[in-house]
Amino acid sequence: MDLKDLYRDVIVDHNRNPRNFRAMPDADRHAEGFNPLCGDRLTVYVRLEGDTIRDVSFEGSGCAISVASASLLTESVKGRPIAEAERLFATMHQLLTSPDASIDPVPLGKLGALSGVREFPARVKCASLCWHTLDAALHSQAEPVCTEGNPAEWP
Amino acid sequence: MNAVTHPAAMGRGAAPLDVARVRRDFPVLARLVNGQPLAYLDNAASSQHPQAVIDAISRYYETSHANVHRGVHALSQEATDLFEGARRRVQHFINARSPREIVFVRGTTEAINLVAQSWGRSRLQPDDEIIVSHLEHHANIVPWQLLCEQTGARLRVIPMTRDGELDFEAYLGLLSGQTRLLALAHVSNSLGTIVPVDPFIAEARRRGVTILLDGAQAVPHMKVDVQALDCDFYCFSSHKMCGPTGIGVLYGREALLTSMPPWQGGGDMILAVSFERTIYNEVPHKFEAGTPHIAGAVGLAAAVDYLETLGVERIAAAEHELLTHANERLQKIPGLTLIGTAAEKCAVVSFTLDGVHPHDIGTILDHQGIAIRTGHHCAMPVMEFFGVPATARASFSFYNTHDEVERLAAAVELARRMFA
Repeated sequence: MDLKDLYRDVIVDHNRNPRNFRAMPDADRHAEGFNPLCGDRLTVYVRLEGDTIRDVSFEGSGCAISVASASLLTESVKGRPIAEAERLFATMHQLLTSPDASIDPVPLGKLGALSGVREFPARVKCASLCWHTLDAALHSQAEPVCTEGNPAEWP
Repeated sequence: MNAVTHPAAMGRGAAPLDVARVRRDFPVLARLVNGQPLAYLDNAASSQHPQAVIDAISRYYETSHANVHRGVHALSQEATDLFEGARRRVQHFINARSPREIVFVRGTTEAINLVAQSWGRSRLQPDDEIIVSHLEHHANIVPWQLLCEQTGARLRVIPMTRDGELDFEAYLGLLSGQTRLLALAHVSNSLGTIVPVDPFIAEARRRGVTILLDGAQAVPHMKVDVQALDCDFYCFSSHKMCGPTGIGVLYGREALLTSMPPWQGGGDMILAVSFERTIYNEVPHKFEAGTPHIAGAVGLAAAVDYLETLGVERIAAAEHELLTHANERLQKIPGLTLIGTAAEKCAVVSFTLDGVHPHDIGTILDHQGIAIRTGHHCAMPVMEFFGVPATARASFSFYNTHDEVERLAAAVELARRMFA
């Protein structure tokens, strides 16, 4: 287990310069994610065009893993159909929580950089927060999302 | 007589602690974490155990376990002697007048909840006021909020300065004819501030206000004398003072405890039960329903023995040197901000680092075998005051070394470089 498996260059870069890091006044949907133990807090905004995610952005504050994960999320779901984003959510969940390296990170592109998080169980909830928050936004869920204390996030 | 002796005034006439030797008493300190020697700097969350404590607990289970206050058989008598002996050991440790003033509970949190539900619920009226401070751990906030909901009482908060000290003048302004209780941290868990409780207590006492101190962070690090402090209740946990988890202490003045209703019903807290009427047991047993954590009390007594053998003054002096070293070393790191800079502190260093979230600092340090706490430290109002979602917190114990301070600083510098 090497620290560089967790903090890969892509992660450090997206933490330093998060993409699509802005509020979206004309968003169709948005949801909040908050992990009180860490203090990670973010809002994910979505603008839809039919069944397609036309625009997606986020704002908030958190650790490098949560910020980079949210930044990578926005890049990877923008312009995609909702159904495809939800499939990606399921794949990411498996990538982050499966006990072995059974998920091939290569087709995931840059998102594959998060595969190292699996080796750091305490940090899985940081990487998954934005995905659960996007899911909540797409389902117009009103309550804030939390990935702490959720057995589904335990590897 | 001073209730608290400042570390700087200690150690005269006594040889300093032989830390290398002390470390050999703690088996866990020999282990590796992530391939590196463990540097355990999370003592404010929970401390480690010397072999003497582990042995006392094992010996109890191997030779003397039975239920207490029950049987006529030998083991029950031995277990009772050990349990009640532990009570007297704790009594002398904090200089209570009688073992009847020592109630065994699960920990500081339960002690405070006991006072809130037994003393508070039976006495407080609408518009009565409870004073806490901005420094408190959630355990000294939430039980009073529950009590306020139940009774219509109000919570008032002593404000804090940018250094993490309490504003005494503002406290005087909060005291009124409605004030019933002062519930104050003796030492802040998130910042390490030693609250100069004497003048706060004196003003409350003058007005007939009941006084509770949360001593969870104080007892392991300084001499505590409940009579000199002149408080009504004092609460602390075994697991922060080298004892086992699951046991703690509520000290209460005997007359006050006697006048309070029980808060849990069951065995051991009664003298006689019929379906018409139950006669409650004497204090402290009135507050100890059910089979207690006997092995926990035995372990706590062994921890008290251990700490007293080392000398609480020598412990405080050694920890103060670690604090001074850590302050000096960490302050030199560019972008690092110390949170909590009170003049009088226990060996707790809370900090933030520009561009690096505390959680990432925690992971990077763990990778070097260094255990610290990151997050809000169960003191969210403190975090809000300083405008941070979380801090990184290194908290030292007497078994920590100056080399570990250097390792901490080097690892924080590494974290800074990784995110620069």
